[in-house]
Amino acid sequence: MATVAAVIASTHHPFYYRASTSAGADRPPFADTWVAKVEAFRETLTRAEPDVLVMVGSDHFHQLWLDNMPQFLVGKAPFFDANFHNEEREFGLPRMTLRGQEDLAAHLLRSGLDADFDLAFSNELRIDHSITCPIITLRPQADLPIVPIYTNIFAPPLPQPKRFVQLGRAIREMVESWPEDKRVAIIGTGHLSLELGGPRQFGEHGPDPEFDRKAVEWIAGGDIEGCLAEVTLDSLHRPGNATHGFMDFMLMMGVAGEGAKADHVDTLDLFHTMEAYFTWYPNGAPA
Amino acid sequence: MSKYLLDKFLFTVDRDPELVERYREDPVGTVSWWEAERANTILSCTDQERSTWLAFTEEERQALREHDHVALFQMGAHPFLTLTLFIAIFERDHGPLEYQKAYGAAMRHISLPYPDIAT
Repeated sequence: MATVAAVIASTHHPFYYRASTSAGADRPPFADTWVAKVEAFRETLTRAEPDVLVMVGSDHFHQLWLDNMPQFLVGKAPFFDANFHNEEREFGLPRMTLRGQEDLAAHLLRSGLDADFDLAFSNELRIDHSITCPIITLRPQADLPIVPIYTNIFAPPLPQPKRFVQLGRAIREMVESWPEDKRVAIIGTGHLSLELGGPRQFGEHGPDPEFDRKAVEWIAGGDIEGCLAEVTLDSLHRPGNATHGFMDFMLMMGVAGEGAKADHVDTLDLFHTMEAYFTWYPNGAPA
Repeated sequence: MSKYLLDKFLFTVDRDPELVERYREDPVGTVSWWEAERANTILSCTDQERSTWLAFTEEERQALREHDHVALFQMGAHPFLTLTLFIAIFERDHGPLEYQKAYGAAMRHISLPYPDIAT
């Protein structure tokens, strides 16, 4: 049976690539601190020695569109090309091609459907920065096969927060029942408080530092119950109009499990949004 | 009112570099052309299998013609789509983050709850 080698949750910040690769006058003052934190975070995945990555993210109106919008979708293909023209244009993100782990994708689809998650699938999925940002931060050599799982945190009506947690729990169980002797890291990215295209965007900090403080506490302590007691589809409008991306963190809390304290917790207060990085080792920290 | 069609305009223009330039240079002409030629194209179908019923209201047409991101926000256009496209069009005329900050400042009179973006 497969082993969950690590569970990893983080924000995905499309500006990291440019900030970390810029030099001279173009290099922002916070770049060195940011790179140091990301490299420490990367080490938590490297130490887990994964063979395969299950990657949870959300398409930002790139391939998925309102004429045919899935709530949860599994990519099942031998390859995934990555990043889109507007991500190249705005963030300088590079084009990439990642290998897919089709047998694990098939296993997740079959066992997910049998567990009452009506998962959509795609046999030709171009993935965007919600998945390539963590590749860049955590596995820049991009050498491992992936199974992308997309959630809809973007185009209402959205699934309820508890459904994200339930799917996270199910993904953990399904990966653990995959009959292959492989080490799987489950990685998901979302947001803390965030405003995009509204009056509170691009401030000195994230739009709601108090929400961010609480959110980091919920995630780091595995406090699913406390989080679900406060977070609703309506309440997520208050910290910022793009804060529904926090539900991908809630999914990852479901993967990690109730009460599971993260083994690595780090944050970085940036303009516009707070960065946050979490790693759990469900089977004990690697030596 | 068609939030969906506003979003479709923003989405299909943003992903096409030529259309982005055309919308920057000639918003009135681009909106008229797009509504006549593209509004009813179903993106995953062939051109023969078009929709028959999609059209802007005059208010929507006006907001798009005037590059009015505040009006688009108030109509419930998806803020991510508007922001991404407008950055592509206008950021080049400004210093670092200057456009993004001005974009938000132009909406500072808007308070919660924001307009519903559900389509």
